[in-house]
Amino acid sequence: MGVRVAEEWLHSCSGCEIAILNIGEPLIDILGLIDFVHMPVLMDHKYYGQLGDGKKLEIPEAVVGIVSGGVANEEHLEVLEEMRKQCKILIALGTCATHGGLPALINSWGMKAGIENSYATPTTDDCQVPEDIVPTPLDRVYALDEKVKIDIILPGCPPNPRLIAEVITALVEGRDPVIPGKSVCDTCPTKREGKGNVKTVRRFLENADFDPEKPIDDMRCLLEQGLMCMGPVTAAGCSRRGAPSCISARVPCRGCFGPVRKDGNQMLDMMNALASNGIDFKSVVDRRSLLRFSGAHGQLRQLPVPVRKAKEDE
Amino acid sequence: MMAKVINIQPVTRIEGHARIAIHLDDDGEVKDAFLHIMSLRGFEKFIEGRPAEEVPRIVNRICGICPWMHHLSSNKAVDGCFDVTPTPTGHKLRELCQTMAHINDKILHFFFLAAPDFVLGPDSDFAVRNVIGIVKEAPELAAQVVKMRQLGQMMLERFAGKAIHPIAGVVGGFAKPMTEEERIGLLTDTRTLLDFALFAMDFAKTSVFPKYEETIASLGTITTGFLGTVDDTGALQLYDGHLRLMKADGSITDFPVNQYDQYLSEHVESWTYGKLPYAQCWEEGFSMDLDAPKGIYRANTLARINVSETIATSHAQGELEEFREKFGRPAQGTLLYHWARLIELVYSCERTIELLEQDDITDTDIRAKVEPKAGRGVGSVEAPRGTLIHDYTTDNDGMIVKANMIVGTTHNIAPMNMSVKQAATTLIKGGVYDEGLLNKVEMAVRAYDP
Repeated sequence: MGVRVAEEWLHSCSGCEIAILNIGEPLIDILGLIDFVHMPVLMDHKYYGQLGDGKKLEIPEAVVGIVSGGVANEEHLEVLEEMRKQCKILIALGTCATHGGLPALINSWGMKAGIENSYATPTTDDCQVPEDIVPTPLDRVYALDEKVKIDIILPGCPPNPRLIAEVITALVEGRDPVIPGKSVCDTCPTKREGKGNVKTVRRFLENADFDPEKPIDDMRCLLEQGLMCMGPVTAAGCSRRGAPSCISARVPCRGCFGPVRKDGNQMLDMMNALASNGIDFKSVVDRRSLLRFSGAHGQLRQLPVPVRKAKEDE
Repeated sequence: MMAKVINIQPVTRIEGHARIAIHLDDDGEVKDAFLHIMSLRGFEKFIEGRPAEEVPRIVNRICGICPWMHHLSSNKAVDGCFDVTPTPTGHKLRELCQTMAHINDKILHFFFLAAPDFVLGPDSDFAVRNVIGIVKEAPELAAQVVKMRQLGQMMLERFAGKAIHPIAGVVGGFAKPMTEEERIGLLTDTRTLLDFALFAMDFAKTSVFPKYEETIASLGTITTGFLGTVDDTGALQLYDGHLRLMKADGSITDFPVNQYDQYLSEHVESWTYGKLPYAQCWEEGFSMDLDAPKGIYRANTLARINVSETIATSHAQGELEEFREKFGRPAQGTLLYHWARLIELVYSCERTIELLEQDDITDTDIRAKVEPKAGRGVGSVEAPRGTLIHDYTTDNDGMIVKANMIVGTTHNIAPMNMSVKQAATTLIKGGVYDEGLLNKVEMAVRAYDP
């Protein structure tokens, strides 16, 4: 018998589960050490019994529980609470689970407005928003630790398969997993030439300046090239081939591993980082989207409804 | 006997959150059956106000299995908003990544999600009826499958930085060119994958499908129209072309992507978050009645195979001819989605090789000049789960003011409901059912790979 593992996904996209599969061939070895007892993406265990006649949502007991996605409706909450009850160690996998992730961008409007908008698009027939049987939405998107106690956080959008394997293996071996505590910049091999003449940052409308025939450490730091890059304020961990993933595609970082310190604020931290480099932070368009991966924990709040002046209505 | 509801929750080995409810009457006969889609995130709302060029790296998070399709469909929509045409090589690099992503997806779906029902059998114990069960039952096959899927994923990661939630497609083209060294590496790997695709096709045709001929002909089978993308000659396209609607009688309506809103509409039911698109251009309204459906068409692999006149690569064309001879056109058997999926696996490998063999694939002119502006753009690609449409409007600063999306799976929400009802009604009589039988109802959903 291996270590019992249960896996669930909530307000998510399945990218975290694909990242688990992307462990690749070592996954076959890991499968020899663990027993998945519940995992909707790969396995057929049902909440209400295999004949669908149960009255209460049930997930089997497990030593390790893995949950991806944030919490945005009553079913998510019920599943998360059952996972907490049944699992000794609960892991929040992926940035949606740890910080709300991209879907928490809706927190600027609230879940209700987001759902209503979906049923008011030009191709949708006149209708009421569905509310029979489907789970009732919560007011906003929550990270898991806003609802239950979480033992290990493993962010990333997607999380790094190597780190997922490390956490699972460490738990099986009964030791603490080794998870990086640095920033994307700390792990970035691009050339930094010190504070340059960059006074503003620009949108990514033209490609970075680099020689494609030369390795990544020959390219100048994208922030020093004047591109908005969130490396300074983003947790490390995405590197797969010696450089942060987006940088290796010659594209600036957008912060998908969440803040370096778990409770950091990527928007405020980035404003500070720019200011200390003499860069005008007002040149960043759409500053709230610096929180695009970490809008839970009350970081992205509902915008005030714009009050129209009477004149405009006339 | 008392009337009751059988509650299959969650539907498993699919991507997403769904529940099947089968309603039995006092005699134990199926009164009705539903596939409830249980979750909605509201992407159309929260991309409002974002700089349009950022959106392709936001909406990729709609789906972790087909992020490339959202990424590229979105890039095409932003090209339209900013009125820019990607450079020829930028265009090709995008298509290349999209086609490579199809390869992984087919392997994932056929072997990891669907195969347990066929290799281990629909009635096998639920605790082993999964990919881990296949690892134990057929270790050599499993090892090969895991290796091939990983090879495909790592090709994308190596060249484009990320396989899941990509960032390398950009408005106007692509963010990095391909070096000759990268080209050679990808070509070698894709040739290995083509060999595997041909093996998989052959394996399914000799060892899997013959065992289930009757199930394939009947389970979840309904009669509908189909939607896909083709080029000017009517050949199958996954990345670019015009849309084609085919009625169940085989008659065809072609239209440009940017007129989708004149041909398709979305119906809404109170019991599912998933909208139910239908062909409003047929002017017959919407009905999921099994005997007389109205406006219902299907998308995804079987649909594309049905609407295409030909496939422009040799092995896949051979498979198409064999398929058509056996099942006719349009083929309606729901489990034939799996067969069609493997034909597309072969095509995706062949097309990837074709693109990698083109001289200008390593050209460094990869991104056109871009200026943010007010406009509207409609982008579409064929995602594994069906035609994927992103429609954006921008303001003078190039910020999104309005968005509409019809994602692949959505097209099949109504057909999946019909297939569930058909399967449940056919399989459950007099209140008699067991685990294997309920799994067969789920198999009707899994065929659509939602």
